[in-house]
Amino acid sequence: MKPSKLSLGSAFWLLLKRDLVLAMRRRSEFINPILFFILVCALFPLAIGSDPNLIRKIAPGVIWVAALLASLLTLDSLFRGDFEDGTLEQYVLSAHPVSILVIAKVIAHWLITGLPLILVAPLLGVLLSLPAGATGILVLTLALGTPVLSLIGSVGVALTVGLRRGGVLLSLLVLPLYVPVLIFATDAVNTAVTGIPVTAQLSIIGAMLFLALALAPLATAASLRVSLS
Amino acid sequence: MHTAISESFTLEARGLGCIRDDRQLFSALDFTLRGGEALILEGRNGSGKTSLLRILCGIRLPDDGVLRWQGEDAHRLGAEFHQHIAYLGHRDGNKLDLTPLENLRIAQGLGRARADIGIEEALDRVGLYGFEDVPTRNLSAGQQRRVAIARLLITEAELWILDEPFTSLDRKGIEDVEGMFDQHLARGGMAVLTTHHRMNFEQGEVHRIDLSERLQ
Repeated sequence: MKPSKLSLGSAFWLLLKRDLVLAMRRRSEFINPILFFILVCALFPLAIGSDPNLIRKIAPGVIWVAALLASLLTLDSLFRGDFEDGTLEQYVLSAHPVSILVIAKVIAHWLITGLPLILVAPLLGVLLSLPAGATGILVLTLALGTPVLSLIGSVGVALTVGLRRGGVLLSLLVLPLYVPVLIFATDAVNTAVTGIPVTAQLSIIGAMLFLALALAPLATAASLRVSLS
Repeated sequence: MHTAISESFTLEARGLGCIRDDRQLFSALDFTLRGGEALILEGRNGSGKTSLLRILCGIRLPDDGVLRWQGEDAHRLGAEFHQHIAYLGHRDGNKLDLTPLENLRIAQGLGRARADIGIEEALDRVGLYGFEDVPTRNLSAGQQRRVAIARLLITEAELWILDEPFTSLDRKGIEDVEGMFDQHLARGGMAVLTTHHRMNFEQGEVHRIDLSERLQ
């Protein structure tokens, strides 16, 4: 009998499912960022007063900055646990291309930490008195933008996972790369408030997503090898 | 009892050297390993045993020299080489929140599943029958090590690379693993390991390299 190697697709699903199961068994990990996101957005109106026009003006920025920081908070968990218990070595030594397995891990991570942000964003839009049309655009920018954050972040985490205190370095590495996403996303929502079409901004964020999807897994796989050696 | 490994493989090290923190751990290390042979690395703490194992499985690049698998540069082969090895490091590589069964299913998916031994049989062979569905976190250190060792059985890896496989195992566990080694070598597999335990091999040809003698 010949040994059977699982197809790449099945290995991908296996890993994706494993990370989701692990997240279900440690729920605090994905409740934390969403709680952070909601709290930051809820505290702003309390701090700056009840002028609805002012709140509406800063709402896109507040929501996006909070989403960005929430995603930054959870980044480290992407590979840290696997590094510490040695499972990361096993992935790097698997019979499948590491960059594909990395995509599975990033998708799982995004489903756990990014998707909930998108789901509660409409509520926060109402809280910060965003018009309905702009809330729709907000959700769209988050849907396109948060995967970019996860993908870019995965490179940073892969580079710093071998360091004992890589947290500060991770933020310094990753934040500058987050800035373009932040600028285009908040600009899209701000423009949507005034009723002007925002296809240009959305297309640019979409382009960033595809670029990140193509390049980040390769960079992450290479960085993981560097971190392990 | 077990199907033999059909192809014969060779692992060749030529002039391997390793530098760590500006210290030359070893240099000009040569050996050739064929099917049915085992290599035991000996040496004092800090003599570079773990570093050498990590070089052999491709996690770490050698600072000098070349590692060949079937005559080709192993580091260039990448996943093609990795599918032939099973690595057991200091850290077990188990997810503590998953059960042994789930852990092994992932290990099987990442490598090439062996046709003649299933996960449950492998768990039985390492003495974890009845613990399939207990979260790995709740197992003792020795039992967690056994889960990691069961990983060797379920994938068709010709080359086992093991870093202190006997850590936290009891006497019975050590005997079981020695038995696994004998079977692995008998079916044409090969193994490289570090251990402070005196191993009794009944099968295969055993080479030894003492890295302390090469310490500079």
